[in-house]
Amino acid sequence: VSNNHGKPRLVRFYQRLAEEVQQQIIRETFHLVLKRDEHICNFLECGRAVPSVGAASPHPDPPLSSCLHSLFGGSDYKLIYRHYATLYFVFCVDSSESELGILDLIQVFVETLDKCFENVCELDLIFHMDKVHHILQEMVIGGMVLETNMNEIVAQVEAQSKLEKAEGGLSAAPSRAVSAVKNINLPEIPRNINIGDINIKVPNLSQFM
Amino acid sequence: MALKMVKGSIDRMFDKNLQDLVRGIRNHKEDEAKYISQCIDEIKQELKQDNIAVKANAVCKLTYLQMLGYDISWAAFNIIEVMSASKFTFKRIGYLAASQCFHEGTDVIMLTTNQIRKDLSSPNQYDTGVALTGLSCFVTPDLARDLANDIMTLMSHTKPYIRKKAVLIMYKVFLKYPESLRPAFPRLKEKLEDPDPGVQSAAVNVICELARRNPKNYLSLAPLFFKLMTSSTNNWVLIKIIKLFGALTPLEPRLGKKLIEPLTNLIHSTSAMSLLYECVNTVIAVLISLSSGMPNHSASIQLCVQKLRILIEDSDQNLKYLGLLAMSKILKTHPKSVQSHKDLILQCLDDKDESIRLRALDLLYGMVSKKNLMEIVKKLMIHVDKAEGTTYRDELLTKIIDICSQSNYQYITNFEWYISILVELTRLEGTRHGHLIAAQMLDVAIRVKAIRKFAVSQMAMLLDNAHLIASNTQRNGICEVLYAAAWICGEFSEHLEEANQTLEAMLRPKVTTLPGHIQAVYVQNMVKLYASILQQKEQSGEKEAAQEITQLMIERLPQFVQSADLEVQERASCILQLIKYIQKLQIKEVPVAEEVIALFAGELNPVAPKAQKKVPVPEGLDLDAWINEPPSDSESEDEKPKTIFHDEEQRHRHRQPEMDEEELARRREARKQEQANNPFYIKSSPSPQKRYQDTPGVEHIPVVQIDLSVPLKVPGMPMSDQYVKLEEERRHKQKLEKDKKKKKQKKEKRGKHHRHNSLHTESEEDIAPAHHVDIITEEMPENALPSDEDDKDPNDPYKALDIDLDKPLADSEKLPVQRHRNVEALKSPDSEAPPVEKKSKKPKKKEKKHKEKEREKGKKKEKEKKVVEEEERKKEEDLDFWLSTAPPPAPTTQPQSEPEASAAVVAEPQEVKREEREEHEEEEDEGKKSSKHKKKKHKKEKEEKSKDRKKSKKKSHHSEEETAESVQNGTLEDEPLPPMSSYRLLAENPYVKMTYDIQGNLQNDSQVTVSVIFENKSTSFLKSMELNVLDSLNTKMLRPEGSSVHDGIPVPFQLPPGISNEAQFVFTLQSIVMAQKLKGTLSFIVKNDEGSTHEKLDFKLHFSCASYLITTPCYSDAFAKLLESGDLHMSSIKLDGISISFQHLLAKICFHHHFSVVERVDSCASMYSRSIQGHHVCLLVKKGENSVSIDGKCSDSTLLSNLLDEMKETLSKC
Repeated sequence: VSNNHGKPRLVRFYQRLAEEVQQQIIRETFHLVLKRDEHICNFLECGRAVPSVGAASPHPDPPLSSCLHSLFGGSDYKLIYRHYATLYFVFCVDSSESELGILDLIQVFVETLDKCFENVCELDLIFHMDKVHHILQEMVIGGMVLETNMNEIVAQVEAQSKLEKAEGGLSAAPSRAVSAVKNINLPEIPRNINIGDINIKVPNLSQFM
Repeated sequence: MALKMVKGSIDRMFDKNLQDLVRGIRNHKEDEAKYISQCIDEIKQELKQDNIAVKANAVCKLTYLQMLGYDISWAAFNIIEVMSASKFTFKRIGYLAASQCFHEGTDVIMLTTNQIRKDLSSPNQYDTGVALTGLSCFVTPDLARDLANDIMTLMSHTKPYIRKKAVLIMYKVFLKYPESLRPAFPRLKEKLEDPDPGVQSAAVNVICELARRNPKNYLSLAPLFFKLMTSSTNNWVLIKIIKLFGALTPLEPRLGKKLIEPLTNLIHSTSAMSLLYECVNTVIAVLISLSSGMPNHSASIQLCVQKLRILIEDSDQNLKYLGLLAMSKILKTHPKSVQSHKDLILQCLDDKDESIRLRALDLLYGMVSKKNLMEIVKKLMIHVDKAEGTTYRDELLTKIIDICSQSNYQYITNFEWYISILVELTRLEGTRHGHLIAAQMLDVAIRVKAIRKFAVSQMAMLLDNAHLIASNTQRNGICEVLYAAAWICGEFSEHLEEANQTLEAMLRPKVTTLPGHIQAVYVQNMVKLYASILQQKEQSGEKEAAQEITQLMIERLPQFVQSADLEVQERASCILQLIKYIQKLQIKEVPVAEEVIALFAGELNPVAPKAQKKVPVPEGLDLDAWINEPPSDSESEDEKPKTIFHDEEQRHRHRQPEMDEEELARRREARKQEQANNPFYIKSSPSPQKRYQDTPGVEHIPVVQIDLSVPLKVPGMPMSDQYVKLEEERRHKQKLEKDKKKKKQKKEKRGKHHRHNSLHTESEEDIAPAHHVDIITEEMPENALPSDEDDKDPNDPYKALDIDLDKPLADSEKLPVQRHRNVEALKSPDSEAPPVEKKSKKPKKKEKKHKEKEREKGKKKEKEKKVVEEEERKKEEDLDFWLSTAPPPAPTTQPQSEPEASAAVVAEPQEVKREEREEHEEEEDEGKKSSKHKKKKHKKEKEEKSKDRKKSKKKSHHSEEETAESVQNGTLEDEPLPPMSSYRLLAENPYVKMTYDIQGNLQNDSQVTVSVIFENKSTSFLKSMELNVLDSLNTKMLRPEGSSVHDGIPVPFQLPPGISNEAQFVFTLQSIVMAQKLKGTLSFIVKNDEGSTHEKLDFKLHFSCASYLITTPCYSDAFAKLLESGDLHMSSIKLDGISISFQHLLAKICFHHHFSVVERVDSCASMYSRSIQGHHVCLLVKKGENSVSIDGKCSDSTLLSNLLDEMKETLSKC
């Protein structure tokens, strides 16, 4: 997940990569995604998209595109993203995942965040990165989709934060702010989703724009 | 304000939490790095404190910094400390940080093993959950090995929350520790049927992931997944399964057939687009894997294409994109069905989204045909003009070239048109693909001889207008085309009309601004031009003109001599000297043209891209040996080729018709070397077209032969559009000739190989051009070596998971168990299977006979081995049953059994097998209860029995035959059934013997009736008999409503001693093209004076293909029509050593295989039959001296070949 400026707000790698590489990937991904218009489809095949980007972006960063390239090794990986207000949610998945399924998954993720944070906004993600991580962990484990039912996810997250409260919270963390789910009756019902496996990266971000 | 500052610094000083950190970073935008390093120092301080809460807080902040790209691995130990905190809150922070920054190289990770184990077994499910989640990110081989067992236990945890996490993590464990896969697999399989949908979907997820990498090991799970697929309502699970099937079908075509129907249903019924899309995708995969032979094949394709069209027409760009993507998959195998949607695809070219446009372009590539090529390219040209971004325009340009040049220019009917298109493309500004166009020009000009004249005139024009192209040279690559233009004009200068003018154009001062390599080509080719002008002038006796031209050269060449480019300079000065020399000769009035021309004599042929690789190394040549001590690396490499090809007779390559192979190869190489200095060199650059040529291999390149009846001269720069019109007219004219031409083409193709070999001779005779456009094939060395094998990456982590899951577990494979508590849990049903010797090879079915012999020798050891083999085979066959498409209909009348005898013959060897298997099965059953000793005994018994049975079988079989023959005359027979025959042995034990017969049912095309005769051989009373069969997907036993597939059907009678009775069972089936076997069991109670025992008898029901046929009379005219229709597939067999009379032979076929004779002439007869599903089967049986040949035609090729095999078996018994 990252914001409109390319600041990462949440990053999750399911393959181990060095920090610099991670950062490069985030930047590159963001470049790729940012260039795309709203009305364009939400899939990017790394294999073909990357070279054209290198040529077209004003400041092509050679090591970068080469790294994304080598990382994704051509064809099997796809970037699937959604843009919500100030945030881009980008998943990188391989061919075992259904494209539309992942789009749904992103939707569920966002809706879940919304429930857990009551009208989630970028600031919530900024200040509660840990919490977002925990939510994501209830959905995706080791690159594979764990749960797609939003109610189930929310219930688990809630149970855990209760447990935490019972323990008195992180002493120094006053802002266990968002008491979860007040807004349980969101109109949308979670659809079934499907997720990517191997390499999901969720740079998260947004600053206020 | 001040207060705030103080407060802030206090915060910072003491407990700055994550929020403060974030805020701080945001407030220090300018010196973020500095601020952060300050924070890191603070964090280090905090980590030194004893308070775990402070540490946790610090770790939490570190996690955030890690996201920003700071390495936090130095804190690994502290993270572990936090992980081991007792409070969930801290633990969670610790695991989160660990999951973000631990990896295999983290050395402290081994310290975590016990902590994780403790957490995994924690009574708090969230402790466990958090540990699992963390583990999923940083599991290492060591951790995997140590914890696999614990995780396995968790897979059966009471909470679904833990179960599903554990299941998913097992995948990670498998990856790191492949040995764990086999022991864990049974449990994983169980989880597929877990009551909790989350767990179920996790299991599906893991298995799909495993299967995707090594699909073949998971074929045996197909039935299970099939069940899930038809029962699950969870779209997510469905998508996974369907994707999995997509991966499986290429390995097992029969699976595809099974899938089509449910998938089609899903496509019709689902409202979820994602599911729809995946279904369509898999259907496509299925269709690709099925070569043919599916009757409703085209219907499925149509359905897919229609659905895709809906997707593409959707306003959602995502759907549109995916639709196009899937469409391109269909395109590969069924281009026709896609072609009808050309309009739609072209429309997509106008889409705003570039990726959609690109996809559409890809599609177009496959959609072109000879007919629409021009039209499509015309549209593309329009797009080229409109296209704004250079990237997209370049893409268009490459696509146009790809489209035109694909399959060796297969679709181009008019090369003039193509040249014009290329010339038009040169007017594009700023393209990077000049070299592509150039390569195409060269390629076409060289390979299509008839076009040279035209090409040369166009190229001359390009050279003339070079300033247009060259004006913006520096920026773009289009000037590359001048390279091609110059070369073509030079090489084929004999076609030039205004050679003088062209030469002058090439000598313009402006040329020196071109890139060096182009100038070099210019220089070289102007000599060629010069040579041909010279010759021309000399021949016509214009000595002055000849001298003038020499003078011109001498005047202009110096500008090249001064070039900064070495190549240009060298060539130019060389040539300058040469020409000066010529001038001297000219002054002496010596005719020189001949000699100058000789410089360039010879013809170039294209060389196949692989040719070099395929040149065999001459004997005695060791390419790796040093010739001299290596002075330096680079030099020595250069030398290698020279050792082979040191005769440098290059320039004048005259071809001698007879050269031995080695010589030839050498010459080719020589020419290659030369080409390096020649414009032709460009060919070695990987142009897309080259790649296409690679694929079909030279042998398959169709030689296109085209009539160019249109006048060749088109004045001025031709607009390609003209050609479109011309082409239309031409086509019209050609319509009449077409048929002729087609035949010709075919011949050409056949003659091809020959052509290819004699190429060098052929190229000497100048091909009379004008009316034929010939695409010259590329040269390959004669004894080309087969090459090119792709090696798989041995480092592929997934390879390690390529494990045969069906093999029973060996003791050694159990997971290392740290605590005994798990041992029991580990045992899966599979692991209880008798520990078998491994390594037995999979039996080849052909070995049957051999086995028989072996068997008689009766060595126990071998037997045991066989048992193993059988077991494996059984497994294989289980799947086969499930997959194969079986049979048919059931008449309810009784002993109408003709197919029996036939099967008896066929089945004999199989019987042996079957018996063996029965034995084995029984053994298994019993084995569980009884001791090994007993087993062996039992086996022996069995063996003897089966021998007897075999003998008796033969006898009875024989008699049956006789009866059959007596009843049937070779002409017409409806139901000539002697009630006695046709029952085959199904199974037998000391208590009961079962024989059976299968009958098709005309009224119902998907049912057969199996009549089974039960004979009580014992002196006890048999009762409560229940017969059950393991359904395959294709063939199912019809059970009363409400009973499950596991329920047997009671036999409606009891058997007193010595009595036999018959019961019928109806089976439904889907496809009948293959023979099939079903496994089944008869259970019954034996009651005698001593009490009653429960017994079982296993059997295999064999549905032969013949049993699906129904004897149907057919009149000869209808028969002839049927044969003419061309819908039938053909196949034949021939049998030697058949001595029975033709009459008998026919009778046999009629009886055993349910055919009727249509016509009989001497020793030749046509026969007909129909399957219960309406497949026509026609046979032509011919008898020679000692042999019989049977040609068959059938609407289904699989059915036919199976039938013929059965027939072969029957007849070989004669």
